Amino acid sequence: MAVLPVKFTKTKRDKLAQVLWILNWISVVTGAILFSLGLFLKVEINKRKELMAERDIQYVPNMLIAVGLIACGINFLGGKICYDCVDTTKFMRWKLIMLPYIVCTFFFTSCILVGALMCYSMRGELEESLDMGLAVAMRFYKDTDTPGRCFLKRTVDLLQIEFHCCGNNGHRDWLKIQWISNRYLDMTSKEVADRLRSNVEGKYLMDSVPFSCCNVNSPRPCIQSQISNNSAHYNYDHVTEHLNLWTRGCRQALLDHYTYIMQSIGLTVLVIWVFEVREHSRMHLVCMAPLLSITLVFTMLQVQDPLFAGCLQ
Amino acid sequence: MVLMKMKFPFQKRVKLAQGLWLLSWCATVAGAITFTLGCILKTELRRRGEVMDNTDIHIVPNTLMIVGLASLGINYFAGKIGQDALDAGKFPRWKSLLKPYFAISSFFTVLMLLAVIMSYAMKGSLESSLKVGLRNGIRFYKDTDTPGRCFQKQNIDRLQMEFQCCGNNDFRDWFEVQWISNRYLDFSTKEVKDRIKSNVDGRYLVDGVPFSCCNPSSPRPCIQYHLMNNSAHYNYDYQTEELNIFIRGCREALVNYYMGLMNTIGAGVLSVFLLQASVLVSLRFLQTAMEALAGNENTEIETEGYLLEKGLKETIMEYLDPVLRFLLLKNQVQEGEGPDNTVNI
Repeated sequence: MAVLPVKFTKTKRDKLAQVLWILNWISVVTGAILFSLGLFLKVEINKRKELMAERDIQYVPNMLIAVGLIACGINFLGGKICYDCVDTTKFMRWKLIMLPYIVCTFFFTSCILVGALMCYSMRGELEESLDMGLAVAMRFYKDTDTPGRCFLKRTVDLLQIEFHCCGNNGHRDWLKIQWISNRYLDMTSKEVADRLRSNVEGKYLMDSVPFSCCNVNSPRPCIQSQISNNSAHYNYDHVTEHLNLWTRGCRQALLDHYTYIMQSIGLTVLVIWVFEVREHSRMHLVCMAPLLSITLVFTMLQVQDPLFAGCLQ
Repeated sequence: MVLMKMKFPFQKRVKLAQGLWLLSWCATVAGAITFTLGCILKTELRRRGEVMDNTDIHIVPNTLMIVGLASLGINYFAGKIGQDALDAGKFPRWKSLLKPYFAISSFFTVLMLLAVIMSYAMKGSLESSLKVGLRNGIRFYKDTDTPGRCFQKQNIDRLQMEFQCCGNNDFRDWFEVQWISNRYLDFSTKEVKDRIKSNVDGRYLVDGVPFSCCNPSSPRPCIQYHLMNNSAHYNYDYQTEELNIFIRGCREALVNYYMGLMNTIGAGVLSVFLLQASVLVSLRFLQTAMEALAGNENTEIETEGYLLEKGLKETIMEYLDPVLRFLLLKNQVQEGEGPDNTVNI
């Protein structure tokens, strides 16, 4: 009775084993993709770490990295189980862990979905973090001699040049802070003394912006100083002049940049989630059904013929 | 006088054919890589094409692309010939094609080496092309309203910021050129009128540079104007100040960048050349060893393989003979009319 069923299903089993092996490796690759996406997001956030205030945004890339690693492990294990379960002699050793494994896969698949949704929800926290971080960076722009803050000038300048932006919300932010260090101000001159006196907090405020706010596409040489004074420059109207400086604020520019990255990552993770759900349900259907039926058959045989069961074991 | 004679027992011939098949596939991949490297170099050169006066340097990436494509074909055939070589039935159909095949493949292999040599030799040409191109770019910086030149300002600004350089040789090039357009100069003010009068050509020259020369790494806000005037700025000495603006010239920066790129590509292409040469040498040995076998019943005897049947000079003359004869044929009329030099009394 046992011979015919084995011969009939051997070719079918081989094909099934091949298909499952391919699916297993595709699942491991998707796990690796998840991991690399998480790593990429973490690197991108750390690149602009100096411009972000302390906020809880590292949990998103960390979660993606963890989920990616677990995905590789779980899919690899699942593939091995599936590969073995078409071979009736080997499946016995997986019998015990089948149920906890299925529970784990359900839990883990929901983690992927949560990870994808978190990518979209991170935006609010990120905006707050950037707002505060940029305000602080601009305040310490002039402190190039203070250890710990000496690279902020370079960071802000390169940011404004690369992202084509100026200030936090716009170029007017620079008019409200002192971005020229006292080291380079001639305190003996009347002009400087007057300006300092006229300010309540004794800050040297100017009607000018740093050079990194200059717009490359402007047809005229950059007007950085006395930007609100039309008479200081020939043929210049600060109200209608749009091409002289970058008009966008850096917070908006950075937010757009990160939103684009996170939306792409979120979409990819959702696609992977759909794929994982399909694969796990297919695997469970393919493996569980014959596994359950074989288990039933063997238990029946054990009950009927103790000697038969003894031979197998 | 045979060049590099070697004995080939049967097993060695089989190993040679197998090795040749493997080498030819590696060389095909290497040929594709050479083509890609040529494309990359060409793209990089075209990106900064506006500051180059001529496109002479493009001969290097063009040659690399041609050689890459040719080597794909050469190595494909080398693999096929290597596969057929051990089969006494299939090998004869390649016999007539082998002489032109070796001529063409040697030509392209030598061309590969020439491309690498050219990438080093053309440094001077690249430098002079950049010198003229940058000089024009700086001169037309202000002409943002002239069609054909309106993007020069943008290009020069972006170039200076990306390569962290200023001017052609250095930042002083900006002092010799009027880079502020007359459209933005108030000719009614005394200052502007004086400055224009003091210049022979009536140009408005300033000792200042555009904002794109500013160095973001400077600890102080950028000083663009009155660069040579220490008293115009507090705590400033133009002779010791190095961080304010970029001191490197853009020509030097671009030449270094492109020479670095071409050196890296040259090293890669050199290794591809060695691989390609080894493919051709193995194929030649296999061909001569199999030809010595011709007509023999027993295919497992030991044969001799060689690189060239005659010496190097005679082989070159043999290949060049038909070419020379073709050229001489054209001049036959003139030869007939000239004096007979071969007669010696």
